[in-house]
Amino acid sequence: MSTEIAARVRNEEWKASLTSESALVRWVLIVAALGYLTLFLFIPLAAVFTEALKNGLESYFASFTDPDALAAIRLTFLAASLAVPLNLVFGIAAAWAIAKFEFVGKQILITLIDIPLAVSPVISGLIYVLLFGAQGWVGPWLAEHDIKIIFALPGIVLATTFVTVPFIARELIPLMQSQGREEEEAALTLGASGWQTFTRVTLPNIKWSLLYGVILCNARAMGEFGAVSVVSGHIRGLTNTLPLHVEILYNEYNAVGAFAVASLLTLLAIVTLIAKTIIERKTASSRTAHDPVWSAQPGSPS
Amino acid sequence: MALVLKQPSVLPGFGLTLGFALFYFSLIVLIPLSGLVVKTTTLTWEQFWHTVTEPRAIASYQLTFGASFLGALINGFFGSVVAWVLVRYRFPGRSIVDALVDLPFALPTAVAGIALTAIYSSNGWIGRYLEPLGLKVAFTPLGVLVALTFIGLPFVVRTVQPVLQDLDMEVEEAATTLGANRWQTFRAVIVPELWPALLTGMAMAFARSVGEYGSVIFIAGNMPLKSEITPLLIMTKLEQYDYAGATALGVVMLVVSFILALMINLIQWWSGRRHTAR
Amino acid sequence: MSIQVDHVTKRFGNFTVLNDVSLHAKAGELIALLGPSGCGKTTLLRILAGLERPDQGRILLHDIEVTDQRITDRRVGFVFQHYALFRHMTVTENVAFGLSVLPKAQRPSPDKIQKKVDELLSLVQMRAMADRYPNQLSGGQRQRVALARALAVEPKLLLLDEPFGALDAKVRKELRRWLRRLHDELHITSILVTHDQEEALEAADRIVVLNQGHIEQTGTPEEVYENPATPFVYQFLGDVNVFHGRMSQDETVHEEADRPAPAEGDASDEHEVTFVRPHDLELSRSRTTPTQLEATVRFVITAGSRVRLELLSKDSPQIISVELTKDRYRELRLQQGDVVFVHPRQLQVFKMPGPSSM
Repeated sequence: MSTEIAARVRNEEWKASLTSESALVRWVLIVAALGYLTLFLFIPLAAVFTEALKNGLESYFASFTDPDALAAIRLTFLAASLAVPLNLVFGIAAAWAIAKFEFVGKQILITLIDIPLAVSPVISGLIYVLLFGAQGWVGPWLAEHDIKIIFALPGIVLATTFVTVPFIARELIPLMQSQGREEEEAALTLGASGWQTFTRVTLPNIKWSLLYGVILCNARAMGEFGAVSVVSGHIRGLTNTLPLHVEILYNEYNAVGAFAVASLLTLLAIVTLIAKTIIERKTASSRTAHDPVWSAQPGSPS
Repeated sequence: MALVLKQPSVLPGFGLTLGFALFYFSLIVLIPLSGLVVKTTTLTWEQFWHTVTEPRAIASYQLTFGASFLGALINGFFGSVVAWVLVRYRFPGRSIVDALVDLPFALPTAVAGIALTAIYSSNGWIGRYLEPLGLKVAFTPLGVLVALTFIGLPFVVRTVQPVLQDLDMEVEEAATTLGANRWQTFRAVIVPELWPALLTGMAMAFARSVGEYGSVIFIAGNMPLKSEITPLLIMTKLEQYDYAGATALGVVMLVVSFILALMINLIQWWSGRRHTAR
Repeated sequence: MSIQVDHVTKRFGNFTVLNDVSLHAKAGELIALLGPSGCGKTTLLRILAGLERPDQGRILLHDIEVTDQRITDRRVGFVFQHYALFRHMTVTENVAFGLSVLPKAQRPSPDKIQKKVDELLSLVQMRAMADRYPNQLSGGQRQRVALARALAVEPKLLLLDEPFGALDAKVRKELRRWLRRLHDELHITSILVTHDQEEALEAADRIVVLNQGHIEQTGTPEEVYENPATPFVYQFLGDVNVFHGRMSQDETVHEEADRPAPAEGDASDEHEVTFVRPHDLELSRSRTTPTQLEATVRFVITAGSRVRLELLSKDSPQIISVELTKDRYRELRLQQGDVVFVHPRQLQVFKMPGPSSM
């Protein structure tokens, strides 16, 4: 059996050699690619952890138990726990409308949804300051009623929400478009209500992409810097999220502290990447399985 | 509703979902953005023009757009190499490398900022070797370039990769049977397929870099007229309560963002048409 | 349940897909909607299911108007061309779905549901695959599951949209016979959409031939095959030779040159065309009547149950297709290049619009 396999591998390699580069070219390319990635990717990644642990583990953990750090962690979680669910509902609603119906202006809507990705984070914060700040449209009215949006939690939540609006929608829309409407139509002919159709037929089909969308949205929400920086007011212990806290520590020359907090956020980013890889594997395997070209086998019983 | 829907559909929830989506999106995104544009109209044209053309602003444009452009070029070249290597070759750790390419996309910009600064400052891992050579990276425009290259890294790789993956091996085999050597095949068969994706990726990297804030301000130096990027200039004006100035510059950036987004859409549409025309 | 389609018209944008279509199906019949791609048959089926709404006209199921009724209320079983099985549910869960979404008051107990599912899976011979997922099944297996799923809710009407279209020829034949047997057992009024005339001829009680949004002919398979009402039906169901001019069993009319010129105001915007099936042409080696067509043998294909010949007519560049039994072919001992004389045993003449072109 192993000689069969060996023969097949040799055959594959021979076929591949017809359409591939000389070994020298290959190695040059690999070295160039890895060198570029090392310089711009691996070294910065490693730097975060080495700098964080420079003064040892005790110092590392002390950075998180600091009251300002804890407040920053709480605020970050709070902002994310508000922004992500809101964007989740939006993402599902938009994806359902776009994927299951034909309507005028659909392509425009799809393009519009990408706007927050194209806009600079500073602008994302600026627009809320212009709206709710002291000199803003609604500013005076808010001041009268003693409602604080800018330099307080609501502003931070708004800016965070703005910046992360597209993520879940962008994960769901292409997937739901490629899945079509037939299963939902079939469910309806079998007597299911709209809600039953959505929960029992649509949701299970999108669950992995939905999960990844939520994870990515959350990571970006927790890590948002520029937009939150504009609306936050940088009040220690009150309106600082984790990324802002990193900035403060760094500007105070507390590099180790800054990197320690940064390492938390980096771990979150790495978890996001792991989730992406796992989910990509899952959706790829189910896609090839459902493809009629892949699953048709000659001679199989009908 | 009959006017909006092209075909009445039996699937339920159209009104509900589209209505909510539009309402939410207008509330969170469209209205605040239009607020920016409306605010600009409170400025006179002279004020507006003066603000967006003052020397400090011009210098910031040069730095921001220049560095973004260079970064996009660097990413265009090396990103393609990375995509090629990831798709065509097998080596230990390939899947880990593949996953890590998305790191600049998932990592908070502030973290990237301090990490890059630490590395390229005079006693940093890389900075300590470059400084004696006269190459000061941290706190110079060169640092801005490094940061923007980091930020744009995933865009070219991730737009070129799928195209490479979907390339039909048979076309390459056909070229080989017709006598083309590897380089000729690459130029005649592979490159034309990659062009649109490459352009799209570079445009996306450029668009992202232009607006980038967090990863740049730590390494940039932020000296007005020398190493100050436009987003920082806007931030500074805000801190000085120069709302008008911030708004004017904000509109400039917004317009640029929209133009870039439009260009990207055009490139994608054009490449889509090329493919169907075949 | 009887079905009545009353003057239904449907447009998509500027394109009229169904144009004033009316038909009637008796309870328990299996009707085939037959026609080429784009003729409107699938649209009509979807309108019956409630998946589309007609712009004009009415649909009556068992004499009750249902044109405006929602799908969920119609109790119609629909089998999609690409199965539309729920990809994340097992075969059992798929089949049980219709029962599991019934309102609490009507929903059977889980045991009853399982029993019903088992019955149906046995009926479609898929009992052994009950716990598999759709991506583990072949096309034919998936289609049988789709059928069982549609039957689970005890529909009064079964609609099948090109159910075997995506399968190989052999599997198609097997399944089509199996469907017919199933129908004979269950007697549910069924409408089958297909572009495969063999399928329609074999499986249906009655065939409705559709073309470009209107009905060309309705009738039993024999009626539609033996007495096609229009040239389209003739050509669509089986091979045909088309001869310009009017042929008869005894007389062949030559080109217009031999005919008196038509007087002014004649119906000269119509001409006559004769249709003859390849197996209705008789060949002989020598001329026996003055009206036979002379032709040369171009190709002979002997592989298969009958022998097919391609002849080139002497007087025109027309190619004539002939089908002979093997015995007759051996009698004639024909070869490429031989001259033969052609005579129709059975033919049909139609008036076609437009001047004769020859």
